[in-house]
Amino acid sequence: MTQPLLKVENLQVEFNSRRGKAMVLNGVNIEVQPGETLCVVGESGCGKSMTALALLRLIPSPPGKISGGRVLFHGEDLLTASEERMRQVRGNRISMIFQEPMTSLNPVFTVGDQIGESLRLHAGLNASEARTQAIAMLKQVGIPAPERRVDEYPHQLSGGMRQRVMIAIALACQPDILIADEPTTALDVTVQAQIFDLLRELQREKGTAILLITHDMGAVAEMADRVMVMYAGRIIEQGTAEQVLERPAHPYTQGLINCLPELGSSLQSERAELAEIEGMVPSIWELDKACAFRERCTHALEKCAQEAPPMFTLTHSSDTAPHMTACWLQLQQTTDQGQAA
Amino acid sequence: MTAASTDTLLEVKDLHVHFPRAKKGWFQPAEVVRAVDGLSFSIQRGTTLALVGESGSGKTTTALAVTRLTPLTSGQIQLGELDLGQLEGEALREARRRFQFIFQDPFSSLNPRERAGAVVRAPLDLMNVGTPEQRTERVAALFKAVGLRPEHQNLFPHQFSGGQRQRINIARALATEPELVVCDEPVSALDIAIRAQILNLLVRLQRELGLTYLFISHDMAVVEHICDEIAVMYLGQIIERAPRQAFFANPLHPYSVALMSAVPTVTGGRKRAAQRIKLSGDPPSPINPPPGCRFSSRCPVAEPACSQAAPPLREIAPNHWVQCRRVDVVDGRIQTPLSFPSL
Repeated sequence: MTQPLLKVENLQVEFNSRRGKAMVLNGVNIEVQPGETLCVVGESGCGKSMTALALLRLIPSPPGKISGGRVLFHGEDLLTASEERMRQVRGNRISMIFQEPMTSLNPVFTVGDQIGESLRLHAGLNASEARTQAIAMLKQVGIPAPERRVDEYPHQLSGGMRQRVMIAIALACQPDILIADEPTTALDVTVQAQIFDLLRELQREKGTAILLITHDMGAVAEMADRVMVMYAGRIIEQGTAEQVLERPAHPYTQGLINCLPELGSSLQSERAELAEIEGMVPSIWELDKACAFRERCTHALEKCAQEAPPMFTLTHSSDTAPHMTACWLQLQQTTDQGQAA
Repeated sequence: MTAASTDTLLEVKDLHVHFPRAKKGWFQPAEVVRAVDGLSFSIQRGTTLALVGESGSGKTTTALAVTRLTPLTSGQIQLGELDLGQLEGEALREARRRFQFIFQDPFSSLNPRERAGAVVRAPLDLMNVGTPEQRTERVAALFKAVGLRPEHQNLFPHQFSGGQRQRINIARALATEPELVVCDEPVSALDIAIRAQILNLLVRLQRELGLTYLFISHDMAVVEHICDEIAVMYLGQIIERAPRQAFFANPLHPYSVALMSAVPTVTGGRKRAAQRIKLSGDPPSPINPPPGCRFSSRCPVAEPACSQAAPPLREIAPNHWVQCRRVDVVDGRIQTPLSFPSL
């Protein structure tokens, strides 16, 4: 395997408040290869967005703090880099698309100004060059009549177009990594399909790696090369899209996939009740050293309440890439199989 | 006027909801947003009709019009034997106990200063249902029915999670024993794991209480799970209406097919994405909708004639209505201009 573009080691983020210290991220490890799409999935409050913000050191501080770990980008640790160096990285080498296209654009600047801003800052273009480049970017993301749209304000655009503008801003400097935090949650499915097509196409042309944060398993199946499932600030399963979606190992991942209503359900039989995951995500204040999912888990063992399970690699005859999970049950089964064989 | 049949609960005929905009100049005529433009549908008692469509297609306006929360421009709304469209004042207020609303956003639809018990009790007090003691009992029963604990009555909305808040919303909607419950995207603001819990709850309550749902959603998988009949809206009009199985087995209108193909699925993955029917652009503005078929400007199989005259909503198979001049029956088989191979 080539040298990873981004390597996150044991990333820890804590929030301090009067109630004490809460671990929002608890030892997150990520590797992103050039040109791949890595999806991060999980319910709200499990640390997906926090991970994205921590990579760019955008965690509001105080109350938040990155309390440990390393974020190696091309081998350089971004957590110890100067603020000036970070400004060179953000929006230039690593850029981000946020969930809400309505609120993440500045309403008092034209679209062209906002796309041109990163080009003037990072690529050193002058105003007219930046404008020409902005028009080219708008065209690339599929906005009709870019010469006219470049002088329009965000309120004159529809939600889908605004998200395209966000993508144009993010891709203006041809970043190595694009972090997309639920980029289509606020959009209609037909527009979502257009945005996904656009991201795939741009990725193919420019070789940008995409870190896609989502809670939509369908989107994962469509976009991901590899998937990471997060729960309560920890990664609990990771593997290729096929491994995680077709053979989910962690009970939480299994629950997430089973509780989805699937298209085509009316063709099979009587309306079946959807599988549920009982309960809800524990509050970050209630987390302890043990497995955070044990309260909702139907297979919980005694050991689950005592110690957090380590991340280990599952062995499966057809695996070419590692499929890893953090679950005592799976670990036990894997070791049993190992002894039997 | 009486209802078409005894078990039709809600019957809507030729509903129009138009919103005038401010005049742009002294001599210009005022522009009109045609949010809902000639809608007819009916719902059988104890069943669920799902309205689907993109944002701006008029789903929510329809829901608001049916519950008389927005002024009607024209049209008839019949709830059982009641001519709902004509009711005004106190009579309308009294009738409200028969139809209730579950809103999309569980965060903004509850008063932050009111305890959960009081939220659910309010409709009972307002409608003068039973004695005060009976109301207390009813609130307790409702909390149990939606899966909340009795002690939850004393908590404020911020102390609940999104899923629990939606349960409070459901309890409030059910307080006056309504016949019709309008659910406007009740699960789209919830996490996927919580979504299944709320959907199961809605299905269970319908079975136990014989509720009738008008269910609004843009999520086709959720709709397929919950509905008995589906109506697809585009730019203020219903372009296809069919029973659940007939629609999901064989959507006829090109827009319905494109909408279905846009839904990403876990099993379909990239193969499905590659076969997807791509729609270009955004829906046109409802201020000056294009003449003829409203979908013709984005339709991949449109012919010049499509943009000339609006096609009527025709019954192409039993109970399967479609508004497209290119869908036809030839030798007893339905011919569609567009289909999605792996559906």
